[in-house]
Amino acid sequence: MTELQKPLGSRPELLRMEQVDKTFNGNIVALKGMSLQVGEGDFISLLGPSGCGKSTALRLISDLIHPTAGRISWSGGHDTGDLGVVFQEPTLMPWATVAQNVWLPFRLRGKTYAEVKDDVLEALKLVGLEKFQNSYPRELSGGMKMRVSIARAMVTRPRLILMDEPFAALDEITRFKLNNDLLKLKAAIGCTVVFVTHSVFESVFLSDRIVVMAARPGRVISELEVDAPYPRDEDFRTSAEYAAYIRRATDALHEAMGEAA
Amino acid sequence: MSLADQSDQPMTLDADEAARLKRKRFEKFGKWILPVLVLVLMLLIWDRIVVWNEIPHYILPGPGLVFETLIKDWAMLFEALLVTVQITLMALAVAVIGGVGLAVLFTQSRLVEMSFYPYAVILQVTPIVAIAPLIFIYVDSRIAGLLLCAWLVAFFPVLSNTTLGLNSADHNLRDLFRIYGASRWQTLRFLQLPSALPYFLGGLRIAGGLSLIGAVVAEYVAGTGGLKSGLAFRILEAGYRLNIPRMFAALILIAVTGVIIFAGLSFLSHMLLRKWHESALKRDP
Repeated sequence: MTELQKPLGSRPELLRMEQVDKTFNGNIVALKGMSLQVGEGDFISLLGPSGCGKSTALRLISDLIHPTAGRISWSGGHDTGDLGVVFQEPTLMPWATVAQNVWLPFRLRGKTYAEVKDDVLEALKLVGLEKFQNSYPRELSGGMKMRVSIARAMVTRPRLILMDEPFAALDEITRFKLNNDLLKLKAAIGCTVVFVTHSVFESVFLSDRIVVMAARPGRVISELEVDAPYPRDEDFRTSAEYAAYIRRATDALHEAMGEAA
Repeated sequence: MSLADQSDQPMTLDADEAARLKRKRFEKFGKWILPVLVLVLMLLIWDRIVVWNEIPHYILPGPGLVFETLIKDWAMLFEALLVTVQITLMALAVAVIGGVGLAVLFTQSRLVEMSFYPYAVILQVTPIVAIAPLIFIYVDSRIAGLLLCAWLVAFFPVLSNTTLGLNSADHNLRDLFRIYGASRWQTLRFLQLPSALPYFLGGLRIAGGLSLIGAVVAEYVAGTGGLKSGLAFRILEAGYRLNIPRMFAALILIAVTGVIIFAGLSFLSHMLLRKWHESALKRDP
């Protein structure tokens, strides 16, 4: 997979990774020769077994770590407001209220609460938690905490949101609900999403492109386009089309696992 | 404590729940009544031992005599108590400023931490009674000497707990702060200090008791009397005069002071953490 894949349709490019290697400790190859082109408005899933470097890829894109070789570049550059992140845990500050947690990205850029109150409440409204703005995280359920985390990631209206297995720790009912809501949210704010998951179902339901990765060393095995139109809802989840994509993604994943074994 | 379980259903109690409520009610009263009963019993036994064995008051005074002395000598003892409390609170304040200040410095610079942490440990493990005489040789001001001794005893729990707390901020939150381009100061102010608060408060409760101990021990070593004498000096003085009832009275005052400091700091801790920290969480059955 050395060729750069074209993004879907004629979307302008947002970000590209070119032949990126990441080696830890001098000998642990977490990622080998990864190339990825992210278009504006894409929903890309990185799908693969543990240790395939999908989280490493996210950390590289968010500039927390730097490539050993290769490069990552944003078209036209970016600043800290262009990126939102959701981790596997909700990662909220327990001492702060829901509204204060969502305020954080603005606060770190020197904005007072009064200045951005409308944006904070709007973000909370989008995730359906405006009534809980004065609650503390410990008063919320796991799914609600994750919603706060998502509200925080999108409050600055970033161009790109990175999500690292955000729903892996939730029960399936909550996960389906949040999958549905995530698509609505993405449509509402029109951002790009790079989503890490090890669930085939989740990746097919959410994404328009699935990047299948393999482990040891972490690398891209294949890319799969999910050509079903948005908005997708429960009907899509039970359609024959969905089942066919699941089949293809599962095969691709098996191939990736087979190569690794 | 989730927001979802506020139901308006009528009360129905099964046997388990009834037993649990009964146990809860018993614990609520027992917590206060049982220690008071024990106290009354102990005082009674103490009193009877003294009376039945006709023990002279210069060997073991009865509780009644101690109480009488406490009232009779109240003016003098209270003045001494104020001196001791003053030293204790000042030492605690300096311990907090020094402990938190050093902890912040340590977490901001690995260089400073690696250079000085071992010496903080050495200061801590050397017994204060061994250092105190030296301090009173070199420090002219008695108050300053007492303060220094009490501080040496009290600052370490604040330092080590706060350092632990500052370093235990959630790693994903740290990453998030980095992604959002937070400055060092912002990370300290909005992430590390709040994370450290429960740890700091734990250290503070220990430091409160230690600063009282430090103040009392330092005064024993300093020894000199005069107008500004604390409770420890009054105990020594009363001992020389075989005024045992006054020794007991002063001892009671020190113990009560220690309890009040601990209770006050526990209350402060509860007020600061009650909204969000696990330790202050009321658990559902």
